Amino acid sequence: MSDIRQQVRSFIEQNFLVASTTELGDADSLLQLQIVDSTGFLELIHFIEATFGVQVADEEMVPENLETIDNIVEFVGRKRGA
Amino acid sequence: MARLPELDYASEADRICGRLRELTADVLRRRGLVVAMSGGIDSSVCAALAVRALGKERVFGLLLPERDSSGSSSQLGRMLAEHLGVAYVLHDISPTLAAIGCYSAQDEVLRRVLPGFGAGWKFKLAIAEAMAGRIGITRVVAEDPAGKRHEQRLSAPDYLQIVAATNFKQRVRKTLEYFHADRLNYAVVGTPNRVEYDQGFFVKNGDGAADVKPIAHLYKTQVYGMARHLGLPAAITSTTPTTDTFSLAQGQDEFYFGLPYPQMDLALWHLNHGLSAAELACELGCDEAAAERHYETIRAKRRTTAYLHSSPLLVVPVPEVA
Repeated sequence: MSDIRQQVRSFIEQNFLVASTTELGDADSLLQLQIVDSTGFLELIHFIEATFGVQVADEEMVPENLETIDNIVEFVGRKRGA
Repeated sequence: MARLPELDYASEADRICGRLRELTADVLRRRGLVVAMSGGIDSSVCAALAVRALGKERVFGLLLPERDSSGSSSQLGRMLAEHLGVAYVLHDISPTLAAIGCYSAQDEVLRRVLPGFGAGWKFKLAIAEAMAGRIGITRVVAEDPAGKRHEQRLSAPDYLQIVAATNFKQRVRKTLEYFHADRLNYAVVGTPNRVEYDQGFFVKNGDGAADVKPIAHLYKTQVYGMARHLGLPAAITSTTPTTDTFSLAQGQDEFYFGLPYPQMDLALWHLNHGLSAAELACELGCDEAAAERHYETIRAKRRTTAYLHSSPLLVVPVPEVA
C-alpha cells in the first residue's frame, strides 16, 4: 500500500505542476486545492489504469474513489484485491 | 418547474441600449458594432440590442458557418439580419479551417479511437457528471453513416487535441469579426449570457474576445424573455441552445453545464443570492446532496476557468498603463 501511495503522490506532484506553496496532505481534496481539473482526472485515470493494471469503470469515477490520495490508494487496493 | 423572477424587459432593454451607446461612442470611440450572428438566441438578442442602441446603419452582421455547422444556423442568421435590416456578409470559414489544420487534427484522433471513422460520420463530445455525482469525464459520441452510435472515453491528449482543433473555429470567426471591425472602425460585440460568462464557457481569444458584452449579466431564461420582448422571429426564440461546434448536434448541457439551461439558471441564481442547497433542491425537485453537488460544480468551474477571463499577466506591474 505504501508503494501505491508513493507512486500516486509522485505522479500527482510531477504531472500536475503542484505549486511549491501547496502542501498536499494525503486527505486533501485535489479538486479543492485546484490541483486536478476535469482534464487532470482523465490523466489520473489513465495513470491508474496503466500503472496498476486495473480498469476504472464509469460508475467508479466518483470523488469517493479519486478525490484524495487516501481515496485513490484505497480504491486501487480494492480493485487489485478484487 | 420553478422560474427566475421576471425582469422588466422594457426598462432593462433601455438600460442596456443606453449603456451600449455610451460605451461604443465615449469609451471605445468606435462608430458602430460588429455582431457575428449564429442564429442562436444570445447573438440574436445582442444584434437586436445593438440595432436599438445605434440604429441599423451602424450594425454589421456576420454569418460564419463551417463544415460542421447545422444548416439552420445560416438560415436563422440570415433571417435575423433581414428582420433587423442590417448589412451582413456570409463567409464560409471551412476552407480557412481546413488550411490551418482544424479538421485534420480532429479527424486524426477520431480515426484512431473510433475504428472505421471517416466520411459521412458525425461526432460530438459529451460529459455525464453532476447528476450522478460523478467526476466529469468526456467521451466522444459518434454516429456512423448507417446511424449506429459509437462511444469512447478519450485519453487526456486526445481530448485536448480535439478541443484545441475545434477552438480554431471560434478563433477564426473572431479574426474575421475584427477584420470587419477594423475596416469599418467599429467595435466587436461578444455575446455570452451570464451562465456562459460566469462558468467560462468560451474560448479564450475566440468567442471570449470582444470589446463589449451587452448581455453577460442576463441569465439564459432572461435572454429568451428579452428576445420575445424585442419581437425576434419565433424560429429564433423557440430554438434549443446547441454549441453548433460539432457535426453531431450537441446540447450545451451535455458538453459543459451538466444541467439543462432552465435548471442551470436556477442553480446559479440561487447560489448568487446566497440561498441554501436545501432551497435549491426544493426548486429543482432533487435531494439536498445533489443540489450541493451542483453548487460545488459551479464553484469548481469558476475556479478552473478564472484564467480565461484574465488579461496577460505581467511579472512586474507597469503602473502607467491601466
